[in-house]
Amino acid sequence: MSRILATAGTEFRIALRNRWVAIAMVLMALFSLVLAAAGSAPTGGLGVDRLSVIVASLTSLAVYLVPLLALLMSFDAIAGELERGTLPLLLTYPVSRAEVLAGKLIAHLAVLALACAVGYGLAAAAALWADPAASAGLPAMLRLLATSVLLGATFIGIGYALSALSRRPSGAAGLAVGLWLGLVVLYDLGLLAAIVADNGGWFTVHGFPVALLANPADAFRLYNLSASEATAAAAGVGGAAATVPAWQSLTSILLWPVLALALAIAAFRKVIP
Amino acid sequence: MTSTLKISALTKRFAEVAALTEVSLTVAAGERVALLGHNGAGKSTMMKIILGLIPATAGQVEVCGAAPGSAGARRQVAYLPENAAFHPALTGLEQMRHYLSLRGESPGKAMDLLEQVGLGPAARRRIGTYSKGMRQRVGLAQTLIGTPRLLVLDEPTSGLDPVSRRDFYALLDGLAARGASILLSSHALTEVEARTDRILILSKGRMVAEGSLADLRRRADLPVMLQVTPRPGAGEAVTAALPGAEPRADGLVLSCGQGEKLAMLARIAALGDLVADLDVAPPSLEDLYSHFSKRDGQ
Repeated sequence: MSRILATAGTEFRIALRNRWVAIAMVLMALFSLVLAAAGSAPTGGLGVDRLSVIVASLTSLAVYLVPLLALLMSFDAIAGELERGTLPLLLTYPVSRAEVLAGKLIAHLAVLALACAVGYGLAAAAALWADPAASAGLPAMLRLLATSVLLGATFIGIGYALSALSRRPSGAAGLAVGLWLGLVVLYDLGLLAAIVADNGGWFTVHGFPVALLANPADAFRLYNLSASEATAAAAGVGGAAATVPAWQSLTSILLWPVLALALAIAAFRKVIP
Repeated sequence: MTSTLKISALTKRFAEVAALTEVSLTVAAGERVALLGHNGAGKSTMMKIILGLIPATAGQVEVCGAAPGSAGARRQVAYLPENAAFHPALTGLEQMRHYLSLRGESPGKAMDLLEQVGLGPAARRRIGTYSKGMRQRVGLAQTLIGTPRLLVLDEPTSGLDPVSRRDFYALLDGLAARGASILLSSHALTEVEARTDRILILSKGRMVAEGSLADLRRRADLPVMLQVTPRPGAGEAVTAALPGAEPRADGLVLSCGQGEKLAMLARIAALGDLVADLDVAPPSLEDLYSHFSKRDGQ
């Protein structure tokens, strides 16, 4: 455990020095404040509090931004050590590869959690300041924060796996961008196209919900929208939230980080320094 | 004495290329062994197998009584890679504290270790600002953590100035005196000459020679060079008395086999006043090294 914490401490220090902490926090704060300002329009008419509406907007933001930040922080984790030549020495130390990854994960996750807490916190403060009744949306906000960290853990784990598989930072960066585009952007477009083509058939009824749950980003969106009961404020794929029970999307959110980390450890074990 | 490192019939192939073929050796506690060989002779490959970083194709390796790369072996082995590299954003002190934590030692010892290698004043600067020699010294400092039973050092003195090299070998002497075994590779043959107990020569992945320097000298039986400086004006007389001598700008150079050395010295001594000076040069390690590494048909 002390080896994991030592690794986490060193990695956090590196993230601080590389300005990742600052970049992530500024990015989340900026986008959250913009959403808090823009998202104040539809209140009242929908019969939900201001904060719940902001949570719905923040969910749509986080589904893009959290995986992006997670992949940006993690793609270099193993490929970078290989390129710098620091990996052979590290692996002669009495520390297992799983421990190395766990340490890195804790550090990167802390950066991400900090950024989300700052961003969401600012948005929540803005909502509460404008409308004290918005405190009804606080549980939804906390759910969003917790699931953002889990979503981040998933993509950090996937980033490590890509980093170990490609062995070169440039290759890992390319794979990370491709994966982000695929899972976060193109996946939903593909599903929508399939639904249109299927025209209310088997896929729309049975395949579509499973396909949504299989994608960690979609599961995250489904869970937060259904749990906050702010589905009315969401559009597109989010509209499907009503048809998938919250426990199913929550299970997907909880399973993915474990799966991603297992994948990362398996890929890292295959790396020969 | 118990051996810290035992290797028997070690073979490593990369696809069709044989990097190491049937290499066997043992290193005893407190022994300092130098591994010599051309680039690509298999030195780094052998070290990586000993450390468990890459698997062997065939043969047995036992490190401190455990399998290479096992947790037990890693706890007792320290490694200095060729061209030691560290994260440039960390300071020397932070990097050393991290390594101490990974070995379960107190991070508070970091400054002390850095001072031992002369990096005290730079400890709080980022490694990104260090010179190659300074990074090498961070690498050396981390091998001193705890009490390793085996130190595997790949080109440890590359990038170090002569004074730092001397300090480095003094550190090694101290470690060996405490019972640590040292396996190092080097291109600087002259420093290996004075500072190691045994020399191994690898050529194309095969062990072509093993033994102390005196052993290797005897076995190679290379000629001894004698340089004779005649008194001014006595040059011709000396040349006439020593047939086969090769005239050089500063005197005459003779070469003779190990067995004829004393007879030759007697002949030169008999010339008395005609000779101003005499130097005897035994075959250097460079000569020995090229003798053994060429023998395999290079």
